[in-house]
Amino acid sequence: MVRIRIFEARVSAVAEAKLVDGYLHTYAGQEAVACGIIPLLREDDWFTSTYRNHGHAIARDIPLDAIAGEIYGKATGVCGGKGGSMHVADQTRGMIGGMGIVAGGLPIATGAALASRYLGRDSVAVAFFGDGAVHQGAWHEALDFAGLFQCPVIFVCENNLYAETTAVDYHLLAGSVAAMTAPYGIPSVQVDGMDVFSVREAGEEAIARARGGEGPSLIEAMTYRYGGQYEGDTQTYKPPKEVAWWRDRDPLLRFRASVAGRVDSTVLDTIERTVAEEVAAAFDAAERAPWPDLTQVTADVYTPTA
Amino acid sequence: MTRRLNIKDAINEALRQEMAADDRVILMGEDIAGGAGRDDTYPEAADAWGGPFGVTKGLLPRFGRNRVMDTAIAETGFVGAAIGAAIAGLRPVVEIMYVDFIGTSFDQLLNHAAKLRYVYGGKVSVPLVVRTVAGAGFRAAAEHSQTLYSLYTHVPGLKVVAPSTAADAKGLLIAAIRDPDPVIFIEHKRLYMYDEPVPEEPYTIPFGVARIVRSGSDVTIVGVQKMVHTALDAAKVLASEGIEAEVIDPRTYSPLDEQTILSSVEKTGRLVVVDESHPRCSLATDIAALVAESAFDALRGPIRMVTGAHAPVPFSPPLEDAYVPDAARVVAAVRSGLETTGS
Repeated sequence: MVRIRIFEARVSAVAEAKLVDGYLHTYAGQEAVACGIIPLLREDDWFTSTYRNHGHAIARDIPLDAIAGEIYGKATGVCGGKGGSMHVADQTRGMIGGMGIVAGGLPIATGAALASRYLGRDSVAVAFFGDGAVHQGAWHEALDFAGLFQCPVIFVCENNLYAETTAVDYHLLAGSVAAMTAPYGIPSVQVDGMDVFSVREAGEEAIARARGGEGPSLIEAMTYRYGGQYEGDTQTYKPPKEVAWWRDRDPLLRFRASVAGRVDSTVLDTIERTVAEEVAAAFDAAERAPWPDLTQVTADVYTPTA
Repeated sequence: MTRRLNIKDAINEALRQEMAADDRVILMGEDIAGGAGRDDTYPEAADAWGGPFGVTKGLLPRFGRNRVMDTAIAETGFVGAAIGAAIAGLRPVVEIMYVDFIGTSFDQLLNHAAKLRYVYGGKVSVPLVVRTVAGAGFRAAAEHSQTLYSLYTHVPGLKVVAPSTAADAKGLLIAAIRDPDPVIFIEHKRLYMYDEPVPEEPYTIPFGVARIVRSGSDVTIVGVQKMVHTALDAAKVLASEGIEAEVIDPRTYSPLDEQTILSSVEKTGRLVVVDESHPRCSLATDIAALVAESAFDALRGPIRMVTGAHAPVPFSPPLEDAYVPDAARVVAAVRSGLETTGS
């Protein structure tokens, strides 16, 4: 969580300093969701992410150099700079990747889960998505498919209260995302997405169910996006008292409070310092890294054949 | 007429004037109000956002939530609803945030909006406008940077409009709102800040009438939306070498003003089409084929196309810059066309 928080602070800083171009969607505030779920995954599990994907990549231990390099569009990026911030991916670590289209990842994660079942494996797939995604046809069609074919997929909603800039109280007719799975016969739970332990507990249960052949489930983690829809968004649509309420429930502070007395706070301070150095080194490396060769414009469109 | 407006504000003004004049005109889209009016204790949010580029800013306080509707992220739903509303007597102007999101709404547009008049024997009209944003050069990566003009142009029943200047944007959008058929109105994100004198009163520019942006006798350069400006930059370079290029902005791709393009090529004998989109099955190939078929005898050299690559738009800044055609590539295409000609 600390690594994500510090990394994203640096993303915001380099965006503001105009050292990096493009649409940058930061994950600060939502750390407990990625860190509650992703460490539970095995090497042979899969997950899909959204355009707000840095936190998922970091939680999956994708090297920070490779993530920062991708955000800069450098040759050292995990996708060679071609995808940029919205498309961080590392299939060798099960991260199918970030997708720029809302709800685009749900059917794909469902398909990865289908493959696992078909191949007789007990690996699972997770689809991360935001509260705005539940209106897309792709969301409903993925749940319907997963339910019909009992795919071992876990749908994880990061309900950060905003579909881009439109508040959840305007757009979520069902009151909760968890309430929307009943017609598909998919069990669901709503958890405190600012508390990493609550998220983890729900994740363990859902993953065990999927691995055990009991089919899909959905976790709705109630969380909060500290940044805008993207970096540079003025966020005038967010009432200040709402921001303050959620800041009081900050997942990092919550974690510190919940381990107080059991973990020496100097240990946690040391972790923060080490991570800050690690993040700084990754951004420095990205800054210095070479641009991709221009021939890369047309490379990778099709798979090379012998 | 000294007042200048940029394209973004010209579009806003067109929407405002048409909404004031005709209460059947309503707006729908994701974040077009963006939290506005949500919290009375927080007045700063009264006109919060107006979409990612602020194009619809200020319309909610003026016209209210009944006419400026923030939708969920559900393009099939709200585009389809707009089609129904149009049939039932309204004049909806829908915003699809990026043209790249075409896939999530395309069934409603392709199979319904475009075809209903035809399949119902001319008994129904769909007076719908879909505003959407296209274009590379924004470091917005593969799913937010495409220029999919040709996908819409390919579909009979849709009208496709893509202004390159502020005055055209206003006149063409008002014409689109008053048009009885579904119109796809494509805005280029790199052109929003382009400004020029724009008349204050409402006016329309008819579809299917190209604009000759620059007259010339040696080569015809047809530019597709933002590439009109790239073509003009190239024409200036060419003029310094004694080559006079005629630059044409078709403005509407469906209907397409074929006659202006053909007449120009008949005069100049040469054609270069500049389109930042992918080269295959594109406006560039369409216009090249039109000229090859109908003005072949006038051609004194090969038709040239200057386009993006047959590849998704890359994120990495130098790769994206290499992807989008620039004036140097247009100049090179004109020169190579001249070199391979006869008299």
